[in-house]
Amino acid sequence: MADAAALRAEAFTGRLWPALQADRGGRVFLSVLAAVTVLVPLLNLIPAAGSALHLSSYTVTLLGKYMTYAMLAMAVDLVWGYCGILSLGHGAFFALGGYAIGMYLMRQIGARGVYGNPNLPDFMVFLNWNELPWFWHGFEYFSVAALMVLLVPGLLALLFGFLAFRSRVSGVYLSIITQALTYALMLAFFRNDMGFGGNNGFTDFKDLLGFSLQSPGTRMALFLVTALALGGTYILCRFIIASRAGRVIQAVRDAENRARFLGYRVESYKLWIFVLSALLAGIAGALYVPQIGIINPSEFSPANSIEIVIWVAIGGRGTLYGAVVGAFLVNYAKTYFTAAWPSMWLYALGALFVSVTLLLPNGVIGLVKARFGRPR
Amino acid sequence: MAMFSGRLRDSKPPRVGAVMDGHPLETGPDASRGVMLYLEDITVSFDGFRALDSLTLYIEVGELRCIIGPNGAGKTTMMDVITGKTRPDAGSAWFGQTIDLLTLSEPEIAQAGIGRKFQKPTVFEQHTVFENLELAMAGDRAVWKTLFARLSDTQRQDIEAILETVGLIDCRFDRAGTLSHGQKQWLEIGMLLMQSPQLLLVDEPVAGMTPQETERTAELLSSLAGKHSVVVVEHDMDFVRSIAKKVTVLHEGRVLAEGTIDEVQQDAKVNEVYLGV
Repeated sequence: MADAAALRAEAFTGRLWPALQADRGGRVFLSVLAAVTVLVPLLNLIPAAGSALHLSSYTVTLLGKYMTYAMLAMAVDLVWGYCGILSLGHGAFFALGGYAIGMYLMRQIGARGVYGNPNLPDFMVFLNWNELPWFWHGFEYFSVAALMVLLVPGLLALLFGFLAFRSRVSGVYLSIITQALTYALMLAFFRNDMGFGGNNGFTDFKDLLGFSLQSPGTRMALFLVTALALGGTYILCRFIIASRAGRVIQAVRDAENRARFLGYRVESYKLWIFVLSALLAGIAGALYVPQIGIINPSEFSPANSIEIVIWVAIGGRGTLYGAVVGAFLVNYAKTYFTAAWPSMWLYALGALFVSVTLLLPNGVIGLVKARFGRPR
Repeated sequence: MAMFSGRLRDSKPPRVGAVMDGHPLETGPDASRGVMLYLEDITVSFDGFRALDSLTLYIEVGELRCIIGPNGAGKTTMMDVITGKTRPDAGSAWFGQTIDLLTLSEPEIAQAGIGRKFQKPTVFEQHTVFENLELAMAGDRAVWKTLFARLSDTQRQDIEAILETVGLIDCRFDRAGTLSHGQKQWLEIGMLLMQSPQLLLVDEPVAGMTPQETERTAELLSSLAGKHSVVVVEHDMDFVRSIAKKVTVLHEGRVLAEGTIDEVQQDAKVNEVYLGV
């Protein structure tokens, strides 16, 4: 057992370095991420507030939020860009991860809520509930919530993927049922009697592991954890793509029947990559909620999931770092537009998507590669 | 040309119990009598039409056999029977002396050592030529195994030997999608060879090829004979003339004539139905 584990560890590091050496874009991405991870805390903590170099806590949190989106986009790129599964429901896994950590944060409020009930979150008191529903038990512990962040999206993806792939549902039909999945969850979470705060969801969080969510130190820590998670996600995905399993996954994308004819169980590979992707999306959601301070059913809205796919398309699919670029570009544009011309945002998003599809089929990364890079 | 004179794989004992879906065969084919494939009195009818009519055919170990015949002669149906796609109404089909092909499923037959190349080439276009062969290589197909799988030196040599055999060694790091039609055909033959089949069934390998590609394909198939038994179904008579030592002419589901290309061409019946000379 120990030997097998050691061999696997050796295979991991032994193949990761060559993979990263061949992956120029990835090295650029990881270097930029490392620089940001070092510079952001320095610029936030050292220069005095008001100095030109000072980075406000607002900006730090905004960057952290973009990074969780980038992680989510990478998860979508893994299934869509590499395995050809166009999931239009990944927002659901993100939201479920967010809800799981949100339940923990709600329990941490304790008696500090508006109604001061030490055992029940405010919305339950408001609904005249007398005791905690069974599925809320255990969420006062961070470890349980952290486990649920993985378990809930993972099991949902496992069940959904098992049924869909076993029946050989693929292409646009699969995309449509993923939309239906996230829509159904949205409707369910909107209901008050589901026990997840209905329409308002969860908000007004106080602290995480005893640290106040409002304090700049906690915000900085969350930012750093998110940056590490983003880097770790990239390295994990790159390792998978560079492995033989990764080549099988791409073979499934390009010629599914040939792969089957060669003896590969195509369904197992699809299911495996889909579940992994859902886990990553769930973790991203769990990092998102404490930074943003709210989770509500609109996160499940079908349009959200479509937007994630647009990020990946704009950045350039099938590259992993393209997904990050896309997530940052589109969300920065969104932040800008929704502040400057709120009514214009959807038009701008539409225009961006149409122009990228028509002019840059390989996204921004495709353009950069064509300009500066060696051909792939 | 020296193009295909590279190292061939050493002949190995029949590959046993490799991959596919679950039920590994315990033994490879036993061809100790020198015959790889026995087809005896095979009859297949579709709605009263006899696609194969008591067809009897033997393929020897290491032989390169060409099957020719006009459209509807039963060539493809014969391939379908051998690979388990079609079940005959009567007759028997044995792979070596011990494997009854009529009791096995398609993947089991593939696993037992019969590789079939379809007409239209299908390769993984986004992968390099080398990676295509790597994916075709025998081995554990479970996700967890492929995630940590590494190529051993022997496996790398196996792949390179096949690359030389199919004449793609110089473009092994090119993406398969950039290959010409002919090269894709050779790559697919290479992918079949990675599974070390004893018997290769090749359906119209030179359809759509340029004369140069046809010539190279002829060399490739000739070089495979000896190590593998090869059955080629082909319409192109010039091609058949260039590779075949022994030709079987099918007509209306039966063997009309069998022999060297010259013998067959001088056969009056054959001239009447097919060669039209």
